[in-house]
Amino acid sequence: MQTTLTQTRETAQRIPPIHPLWLRITHWLNAFAALILMLSGWRIYDASPVFPGIVIPTSITLGGWLGGALQWHFAAMWLLVFNGIVYLALNLASGRFLAKFFPLSPRAVLHDLIAALTGKLSHADLRQYNAVQKLAYLFVVIDLIVLVLSGLAIWKSVQFPLLREMMGGYDRARVVHFGAMALMAAFVVVHVAMVALVPRSLLTMLRGR
Amino acid sequence: MNTNDRKIMKLDRASILADARRELDMPSRRLFGKRMLTLGGLSLLTGCSITDEDSVNTFLTAVSRLNDRAQALLFDPKRFAPTYTEAQLTRPFPFNAYYGIDDVPHVDGGDYRLKVSGLVTGKRVWTLPELYALPHAEQITRHICVEGWSAIGRWGGTPFSEFLRRVGADTTAKYVGFRCADDYYESIDMPTALHPQTLLTFEYDGERLPAKYGYPMKLRMPTKLGYKNPKHIVEMFVTNTYPGGYWVDQGYNWFGGS
Repeated sequence: MQTTLTQTRETAQRIPPIHPLWLRITHWLNAFAALILMLSGWRIYDASPVFPGIVIPTSITLGGWLGGALQWHFAAMWLLVFNGIVYLALNLASGRFLAKFFPLSPRAVLHDLIAALTGKLSHADLRQYNAVQKLAYLFVVIDLIVLVLSGLAIWKSVQFPLLREMMGGYDRARVVHFGAMALMAAFVVVHVAMVALVPRSLLTMLRGR
Repeated sequence: MNTNDRKIMKLDRASILADARRELDMPSRRLFGKRMLTLGGLSLLTGCSITDEDSVNTFLTAVSRLNDRAQALLFDPKRFAPTYTEAQLTRPFPFNAYYGIDDVPHVDGGDYRLKVSGLVTGKRVWTLPELYALPHAEQITRHICVEGWSAIGRWGGTPFSEFLRRVGADTTAKYVGFRCADDYYESIDMPTALHPQTLLTFEYDGERLPAKYGYPMKLRMPTKLGYKNPKHIVEMFVTNTYPGGYWVDQGYNWFGGS
């Protein structure tokens, strides 16, 4: 009995989890912050829509009124930014970033996309991202960075002149912020759909294996 | 120590007490860490009513106070808001208030007196001709509303820092507060009050400031959001006691910088 337990523990130690603990924590904190920011952001957007034809039903927004939505938005932004810094720093320092996401070529993306659409893409090894996954995750990381930078340009358009000009001025920064949000929302829809198709991937993001 | 010094010390003690009492009323800072941990679980448990939860509101208010301090740190007194050309003016410049345009207050310029109070040593009552005689400055700047829209306007008046020096304001005090003819009230931090672009405005687009834009005067700050710019000002005071503001007391962020 004693031996079996020790053996099991040794085996568990030898095989590292598919997702290390720090990755699982930063993933869920990021998901929580992004959700709060998106729902409260919709309420803020509605106060003065950038695109008059696009209004988001207030029933699916967060905050109750503009003031409340702003409070949620400017609270969750700290979580998103600091959690994002921890995620990027640990990813780069541990070498996980290079190992997981590269090499990545357009040809591989096309190949895996066709395989996925014809139902031939293997999900046997969740340790290995396929090329479409690599592209999607890299994309959402960059999109979140654009969201933070355009958000800063809107929030502090006077204090960060370089950022403001990079976005093409205060008004255009709002368009960039909205566009990046829409792309993030599209990612979330696809991401959640994929998790529903391969439920095991949800387990690995929760318990690591 | 002369009488004057003693008086100022007394005022400071009173405002420190007021600040401390406010903090005790809002024990949010102590609960800050705890709320951070429980916010996630709470939001999942309470579903749609999360914004009505007292503890969540306390937490969000505490973060808003934290954001005041973060913005005060980010604020660079030498950083100028961008200025624009006449061709870029937004016409017509939008009217905006917490009431409709029909309820804009009527202020009689002849009877008008601006009252200055609090931590000032100089002239405390000003007529409009006296104010109009002060050094003149103009700016074409962007007004950014908390709602997200923005509009470019041309404003004329006197630099506020210059006015504060003229009334002998204690510029080491924390706040300048404003009371307005439309029952609006607002307060700002001293560094912003002293910013070179903060303008006590008597004119819009080269004309006497019309009632809809805040006759007889508006404090124009291109470094702050629209709601921080009080109109129809009738009284201002320099103080170390946090005065709040019309929207701020309902949940808008106090610093409201851009």
